[in-house]
Amino acid sequence: MILISIIVLGIIGLVAAVLLFVAAKRFFVYEDPKIGEIEALLPGANCGGCGFSGCHAFAVECANATSMQGLNCTGVDAEGMAKIADIVGLAPSSAAKKTMVIKCSASCENRDPRNLYDGIHSCAVENALYQGESDCIYGCLGCGDCVRACQFGALTLPPSQGLPIVDPEKCTGCGKCTEVCPRHLCELTTEDERPIIWVACANRDRGPVAMKECGVSCIGCGKCRKVCPVDAPVIESFLAHIDRDKCTACGECIAACPRKSIEKR
Amino acid sequence: MMRTFKKGGIHPSENKLTAGKPILDLPLPGELRIMLAQSIGAPARPVVKPGDVVTVGQMIAEATGFVSAPVHSPVNGTVKKLEPTRTPQGIWQDSIVLVPDADNPFDSSLQPRSEEEIGHLSPAEIISIVADAGIVGLGGATFPTRVKLSVPEGKRATTVIINGAECEPYLTCDEALMNVEADNILKGALLIMRATGATEVIVGIEHNKPDSIAAMSRAAERYPEIRVEALRTRYPQGGEKQLIYALTGRVVPCGALPVETGCIVDNVATAYAIYDAVYNRHPLTHRLMTVSGEGLTSPGNFRVANGTPLSSLIDFAGGMPEEAGKVIAGGPMMGRAVSTLEATATKGLSGLVVIPESQARRKPAGPCIRCARCVAACPMGLEPYLFMLQAENQVWEGMSEHGVMNCMECGCCSYTCPSSRPLLDYIRLGKQELRKKK
Repeated sequence: MILISIIVLGIIGLVAAVLLFVAAKRFFVYEDPKIGEIEALLPGANCGGCGFSGCHAFAVECANATSMQGLNCTGVDAEGMAKIADIVGLAPSSAAKKTMVIKCSASCENRDPRNLYDGIHSCAVENALYQGESDCIYGCLGCGDCVRACQFGALTLPPSQGLPIVDPEKCTGCGKCTEVCPRHLCELTTEDERPIIWVACANRDRGPVAMKECGVSCIGCGKCRKVCPVDAPVIESFLAHIDRDKCTACGECIAACPRKSIEKR
Repeated sequence: MMRTFKKGGIHPSENKLTAGKPILDLPLPGELRIMLAQSIGAPARPVVKPGDVVTVGQMIAEATGFVSAPVHSPVNGTVKKLEPTRTPQGIWQDSIVLVPDADNPFDSSLQPRSEEEIGHLSPAEIISIVADAGIVGLGGATFPTRVKLSVPEGKRATTVIINGAECEPYLTCDEALMNVEADNILKGALLIMRATGATEVIVGIEHNKPDSIAAMSRAAERYPEIRVEALRTRYPQGGEKQLIYALTGRVVPCGALPVETGCIVDNVATAYAIYDAVYNRHPLTHRLMTVSGEGLTSPGNFRVANGTPLSSLIDFAGGMPEEAGKVIAGGPMMGRAVSTLEATATKGLSGLVVIPESQARRKPAGPCIRCARCVAACPMGLEPYLFMLQAENQVWEGMSEHGVMNCMECGCCSYTCPSSRPLLDYIRLGKQELRKKK
């Protein structure tokens, strides 16, 4: 009995193996071996930060490229990109590294929850159907849509703080978080030797209203602009924004801000 | 067999705690904060400036388009300032702050129109009076009534339906109005009939309001073109499409307006406002609101001036109960939680319901067990469980294909779900995403 089973299964296995072999030969598609090599160097997160649909699509694009200009994986450092360029035999391009900053600094102690939200734990839903727990309708909702979207583990959300923390070491600047944040608080900025100084607020209400809504809201008073030696801050609809191209990271504005809404990293 | 709609529906506990209570005038607060956005459509534009003296019924903000409604002063008083006020949902919106006169805030020189003058009004004149009086749908949708009364070219209105269903639990302000003002509501209904060229008026009232049915039937005896029908007590009986089906058997096609079936549906309070505007020249400045809830010591039906802070409503009803967990603006089925009592009464606000802490929290959502209770409860014949799955996976087009835009957000699905799944939240999210795409 056992013997028959073994023989039958063995024959089925043999026939299947032959079929698979024939199929593999018959339907063989040639793929550039470079694609596999490049893909091995990529993070495999399929984040889309390169502008292609995923890591494989990016690898195909690199293998067929005539120039590395415009091809950059945010998840790989300069060394890794040089290796990829080496595989395809092209000169590596020098793309500026990006990183993400959050334009809100209102942790729980800075803004009192006015009401309690016990609906679906998703920023998208909370923003679309309710206005969040605090008075500010521009700030972070704290449900962590960005944390769930991040493929690199660069975001954490301590419940006591109610505001995500960015790990600059892990953030690759892929921009996945900027797509999911319903309040557009995740902003990509270029990373270089200068420290990053940014206004960690998105409140566009008039000063007195903004002041009531949150303890660290930008009220558009313009003090940062007055003290800045290079005119980097721009004020638009009661909200300051620091022009990264002009900023020298002197830190004068941080000291001058009466609302403590400018941050430095 | 009592009339009702065909599909779905639920019967939540009625909790009409304030049924049969008389209408009380709410004392005027020290200042009124009158919102500019009180109708669906464009917000009104202020025509007064700080320091101006205004009189009862004076227009203080004008309409800014066809789908927009002007706003009037409920009192004699002075404009203090123009500044933002929070809506019940906590959003800052522009408003006019009025300080009522200390003595005789309601003295008015407005003279009622004579019966003869009213008899000679043309349909266009009636519609223009309604537009100038800032009347909007008082059932809660705040759709400018002049738009509804202007029957589009090529369409013909045959039937005016007066909505006295009041199917929301707790709310009794329409019932209170029908008990007291039955004859005037019918006069308003006849004006709607004249303005639209319809030939009959049907008043639909849920049969849990026997006093209202009796009062309205008695008043209707004088008018051969009006009939009063009792409806089965079943939520959402007061939904426009449900009511049209229940009373006429006609079905409003997907995406079409009720006038497609020859029906014009207006709330009893709207009909009364039209009567008041045409007969007494009173623009819409006051409305009836129900303030109710288990913990309140003196809940009731109040006549409230536009711009009265919600906190004074609660105070008048006996103050915020200790165990209060949530205040809902409107009825508990379709209303939204209030995030601040600084907000003020608007034309569309039909009541406040105070819910005790023990009932205020949502239960944690469980998995969908495919029981299809939501499908059975949906009065529009939709599949809410499917919408939730699609919204979770962001298949917006799929939601559209399955007719999510026909959902009127009555909440029967969420109410009936044994797993407490937030079905309606996801449906609303999907509808919003689809509107954004357009």
